[in-house]
Amino acid sequence: MSFSAFFYDKRLRSVLFQALLVLSIAFGFFWLIENTVSNLSDQGKSVGFSFLSQTAGFQISSTLGTWLMKYEVGRSTYLDVYFIGIINTFVVAVLGILAAAFLGFAIGIMRLSHNLVIRGFATVYVEMLRNIPLLLQLFFWYFAVLRSLPSRREQTELFSGIAGINITGLYLPAPIAQSGFMIVILVFIMAIIGAVMLSKWATKRQYKTGRTFPAFWAGLGLIVGTPLVAFLALGSPLDWSFPEFKYTGPLLRRGFQSGTGMVIVPELIAVWLALSLYTAAFIAEIVRAGILAVAKGQTEASYSLGLRPGITLRLIVIPQALRVIIPPLTSQFLNLTKNSSLAVAIAYPELVSIFAGTALNQVGKEIEMIAMMMTVYLTFSLLTAAFMNWFNARVKLVER
Amino acid sequence: MSNNLVIGIGALVVGGVVGYFAGAGNEKIVEVEKVVEVEKQQTATLDAVKSKGFVQCGVSQGLPGFSNSDDSGKWTGIDVDVCRAVAAAVFGDSSKVKFTPLSAKQRFTALASGEIDVLSRNTTWTMTRDTQLGLNFAGVNYYDGQGMMVPKSLGAKSAMELDGANICTNTGTTTELNITDFFRSNGMKFNLVAFEKADEVVAAYDSGRCDVYTTDRSGLAAQRTKLTNPDDHMVLPEIISKEPLGPVVRQGDDQWFNIVRWSLRAMINAEEMGITSANAKSKVNDNNPAIKRLLGSEGNFGAELGLSNDWALNILSQVGNYGESYEAHVGPNTPLKLDRGVNELWSKGGILYAAPIR
Repeated sequence: MSFSAFFYDKRLRSVLFQALLVLSIAFGFFWLIENTVSNLSDQGKSVGFSFLSQTAGFQISSTLGTWLMKYEVGRSTYLDVYFIGIINTFVVAVLGILAAAFLGFAIGIMRLSHNLVIRGFATVYVEMLRNIPLLLQLFFWYFAVLRSLPSRREQTELFSGIAGINITGLYLPAPIAQSGFMIVILVFIMAIIGAVMLSKWATKRQYKTGRTFPAFWAGLGLIVGTPLVAFLALGSPLDWSFPEFKYTGPLLRRGFQSGTGMVIVPELIAVWLALSLYTAAFIAEIVRAGILAVAKGQTEASYSLGLRPGITLRLIVIPQALRVIIPPLTSQFLNLTKNSSLAVAIAYPELVSIFAGTALNQVGKEIEMIAMMMTVYLTFSLLTAAFMNWFNARVKLVER
Repeated sequence: MSNNLVIGIGALVVGGVVGYFAGAGNEKIVEVEKVVEVEKQQTATLDAVKSKGFVQCGVSQGLPGFSNSDDSGKWTGIDVDVCRAVAAAVFGDSSKVKFTPLSAKQRFTALASGEIDVLSRNTTWTMTRDTQLGLNFAGVNYYDGQGMMVPKSLGAKSAMELDGANICTNTGTTTELNITDFFRSNGMKFNLVAFEKADEVVAAYDSGRCDVYTTDRSGLAAQRTKLTNPDDHMVLPEIISKEPLGPVVRQGDDQWFNIVRWSLRAMINAEEMGITSANAKSKVNDNNPAIKRLLGSEGNFGAELGLSNDWALNILSQVGNYGESYEAHVGPNTPLKLDRGVNELWSKGGILYAAPIR
């Protein structure tokens, strides 16, 4: 085979070019890694994760993360800081997703209302909230929250004094579990399983015999009632730590006393408000699109069968709308989780703030720490996506 | 099919080997270039500055009193005056200087890469920076330290009374560590609220989220001017860290290092000798030999630096002495209202002490 024939062989040529492509990509990666490692060693930096067991020498604002990890300066390690960041990010993401979903559905349905005022309000809400950058909204809510609250030496009492709020946060009674409380939680979980089974049985029976069963109310009774009975039977195995407020004494000691009750810092409230209000605007549009995607004939057919409007919405329109709503809704949930990293701007101690900010500056292991952080967001997002895909598989059109 | 595979793998292996050797060769060439470049930089900062006709000086992106540009783009501040002094020493003209505003992250890279000739950007002199980053600190033009600001209404006279306080600060600096150490070593509790940027710290402190704002004392003075009622706040006397700020040059060019170092020392020595921008020219023929040496009418000190003999005279007549610079930019009559404190001359109770010119 001559040299030119070698290149005119179509099959050979395509293989050659593909091999070259693979090679250049592989070499690109090799070059990148090689360069990084040699540059790091030039700067006298090693690669590794041993820093995680060093103790972290800085204070972190008290949040769920510091409480769960029992954070203490001089004892807790950078690994603890990492977990505190994860927990705090998780808290914001979960609270935000729940609030944004509820609010988004409500606003979305309001946008389709026949009432001009309701429809107008929903339209203004959506157009305003989704067209202002999230970071600005975050600052707005933070400083709006701060400016509207009483100062540190004063409080607004809530629920006749068992809770209170001022600029340092919302103080609630903190539950302290006594021995035996685990049984109540166990009973509660069993009651939920029972309620689910009850509802399945009721649906089955209705299909078979046509007789309805008030499964919702019975299930609610089961979920609330049984643990309550167990709780009382065990002699109320739960103590409360109430927030303590001092109006007198040295100026610096006045206000809520640390170590009493449970505090929700204003930073968390602001991040939660901003994230859920912003994302709700997008979800509202998705919901509206989903409902409009259900043909009008479906509603008319339902009415002509004698179903009432509420049941029509719940049993006919929403299930069909969900097919359209779920996939874009998933990406909104993912956006919200990732946007929670903006909380670094207003001092909420989430992952980016304490791990990639403070801890990174002390330790200087940029590559390892950023990689660890990316892993967290990736895991959060993949888990959310997996759950939503499972849910989507349940509600999507069953093709026969 | 299997033929394809064999050819593909063969190509990969051959390509890999060729690529590796090509890469290795390149690396050597790059290394040689690096060495040449470093050698050039090491000897030639003064020549390079002279041939381009100005000093390129790295400053902050805007810190009132230290380096800040006004509406017309004119830079002022005590860090800026160091740059002007170097320009006056080299060119006899303090205006032959260009400024590069740099963030805290960019500053050392900009200096190491040769983008700037001097870094004069409220930079703390620490051992790590001196030994590991390939830099040399040419001296100290401001002795700073971390302090705490509180509202006067709090009634606290000392940081020791701050047990249980809420404290606002920036993330990603040593301030968080210093404040934690201070409270721990004194057995006091506190809650830290750490923001990413200074503007948000100021806004949160101003709205009452925190009882205390902590950062470098010069920073506190500068940020206080942004509060709604600056006069309602005070800086507590405690200083909880050492932050000597000064100009920085690349390691390995001793001539340039000396020029920057002695430009700063000339300003400090001049204040000690009572030479100001107003009387510098008339002091050239003073009876005091120390003044004569400084102003170039005796000895050969300028030439030893590779400059003209009137190098210090140019600095003093065009920029002024250290005290003048301090009073004009950060002193009690400026919005920063910073007393001289430790930044007073050694002969007046401070720690400013410049080696003599002889």
